[in-house]
Amino acid sequence: MSTQPQPEHTAPPPEPGQSKVRFWMVCALILALALPLQLSVDAGLFPDVLNPYYLHLLTIIGMNIILVASLNLLNGYLGEFALGHAGFMAVGAYTAALLATKALPSAAALPPVLGTCIILVVTLGGAMLMAAGVGYLIGLVTFKTVGDYLAIITLGFNMIIVNAIQNMDFVGGPRGFTGIPKNTNFLAVAVCALLTLGLLRNLIQSSFGRVWVSIRENAIAAELMGVSIARAKNWAFTIAAAFAGLAGGLWAQNQQFITPRSFDYIKTTEILVMLYLGGMASLSGSILGVVAYTLLMELLRNLLSTFAPQLAEWRMLISPLILIIIMLTRQTGLLGNREWRWLRPRQGA
Amino acid sequence: MKLRTLALLPLLVLAGCKPTAKEIKIGVSAPTTGSISATGQSAKNAIALVQDEINAGGGVQVGDKQVKVRFILEDDEDKPESTATVFQKLINQDRVLAIVGSYTSKCSNAGAPIAEASGIPVVSPWSTNPNVTKGRKFIFRACFIDPFQGRVVAQFATSKLKAKTGAVLYDVASDYNKGIAEVFRDEFTKMGGKIVGFETYNTKDTDFSAQLTKIKGSNPEVLFLPNYFNEVPLQIQQARKLGLTAVMLGGDGWDNPELVKLGGKVMDGNYFSNHYSPDIDNPIAKGFIAKYKARFGLVPDAAAALTYDSANLILKAVATAGKADSKAIRDALAATVGFQGVTGNITYGGGGDPVKGAVVIKVEDGKFVFDSAVNP
Repeated sequence: MSTQPQPEHTAPPPEPGQSKVRFWMVCALILALALPLQLSVDAGLFPDVLNPYYLHLLTIIGMNIILVASLNLLNGYLGEFALGHAGFMAVGAYTAALLATKALPSAAALPPVLGTCIILVVTLGGAMLMAAGVGYLIGLVTFKTVGDYLAIITLGFNMIIVNAIQNMDFVGGPRGFTGIPKNTNFLAVAVCALLTLGLLRNLIQSSFGRVWVSIRENAIAAELMGVSIARAKNWAFTIAAAFAGLAGGLWAQNQQFITPRSFDYIKTTEILVMLYLGGMASLSGSILGVVAYTLLMELLRNLLSTFAPQLAEWRMLISPLILIIIMLTRQTGLLGNREWRWLRPRQGA
Repeated sequence: MKLRTLALLPLLVLAGCKPTAKEIKIGVSAPTTGSISATGQSAKNAIALVQDEINAGGGVQVGDKQVKVRFILEDDEDKPESTATVFQKLINQDRVLAIVGSYTSKCSNAGAPIAEASGIPVVSPWSTNPNVTKGRKFIFRACFIDPFQGRVVAQFATSKLKAKTGAVLYDVASDYNKGIAEVFRDEFTKMGGKIVGFETYNTKDTDFSAQLTKIKGSNPEVLFLPNYFNEVPLQIQQARKLGLTAVMLGGDGWDNPELVKLGGKVMDGNYFSNHYSPDIDNPIAKGFIAKYKARFGLVPDAAAALTYDSANLILKAVATAGKADSKAIRDALAATVGFQGVTGNITYGGGGDPVKGAVVIKVEDGKFVFDSAVNP
């Protein structure tokens, strides 16, 4: 399932250093919008325009961006077909949930804003470490396999993780984990998503990223040049798993309830759909894919329930149809192998 | 550039969906697509029936005037994350006063924290997991909880069947089966019976002969199988082959037409507890079933009956509260005493779990026949 990308740089390469400034400007702009948005929704200002439902959608978009961008590392840049992303997410979600409920004091016992920040850093850090550990192990096991075999092995790991959690009584087993405190809000998700994008963007431009792309383009040639394929792959799995764990940790503390079956292969498929919709080997594509998919589903829900309630059940039929049409007209996804300028590697640096 | 302008369009449409006043809006979160869409369809039918019934009479009495009621049904796909989104939409965009739903316990567990934080009362028709209402003020349910069924069956076995000895065979990997089995064991012993066998298996096992042979050795009068309808017929067939003569008992996991299709003759003469029975002698249930049959050409299942009751519980609470205010509706709901529904009388004794009876159904000639009602 490795793709052969066609580089399509339409715009002239920017001056050295320019994209870095652009990146920080975009980050600053998003944070400058996110902070007042969060505060005014919490305060209940302008309930018609800024309502918690929209903020909830934006939060979901943020968490999905982390998931899809990190999967892009494996499926887009490394060129493998990994099918276990929801498993890493589950590890992160359960780790964060356990830390938040069993190990740490509640946010009420700590100073208001700082306390929540500390809890978030500890739980999300734990979630990333745990998921990275699992990702490292899976990377160790899969280093000999490629293509479809790797897909099956990662799918198997996803099932093992879900089934293992189902049989653990202390995390609720098949009934799910209830009573997780709500520590995550939109602002926290926005900060995490920007950090993820920034880190991935820099990684991909670094020698790490170039090694991954070289493996995707021609593994034998890369090995001849002295690249240790096993080690590079293992790094990719570890890093991608860590970010999936981050998304899981945010997810658990936003939804306040998690159940093992939410993280089965169906969730992985959903992440894959968003990834391919946006386009491979493109962080911009990951962002656009998530935004397009999430808004398409919710927009259809709103349009149908307002104008044609009798068609509401057809939503699950209409939305895949739109996806098929998009994929037929744009076969590399919305932004395959292209980047917005603020995410584009620095040329000539 | 075109893409960027297109990206703004959703925001405009979302902002354009303004709530309209002068009617009471109640949200419904049901799985109309996904793995249990049949349940969602039952819910949709029952809701349509309630809406037409109440509006045909001019609406619900709020204070001194009658107000029309509109139910807004959203699909939660039987997924917790979609349920969270649906609850956010219903509460913040549609501004509903109360919510009926969601159906499976995992979905209710994801929606409940949102409703609780927003102060919107929720009546779940179908979530039997005790955790759903635990420690929450605004979350109610119309069904009984899992452990209650164990007590119902134990009571039925000791008082109606006069059984002195009993045995249990259950799926140890599923919390539903495990919870009911343990409650049955404790209650049966407390009521003077003796448990002579307590055997387990794992989901998807197909050979139960080892456990059943062991049970056969102690020759119990009743064998309790709190398992799902797809496994029970196999267990009974194997038990009969080994010469076990015990009466077989079960829980609401048996409530599916597949049970008799798979089991055939071997199912006759056995009993299970359920939320309601279509041929129960209750005028409200009779009226509901007749209307449902006439309109949809189907016999309503437990999900439809419980949805009908949940929606009517909320409507009655609106009328009792006398104002369109979620907090007042919640207080009226909590004070519900002796509400007469399709699935029996519902009283809330403080928490969100109702004090209500169950029915015991007998399988006869491949049909489910009402046997008796058991009240706590």
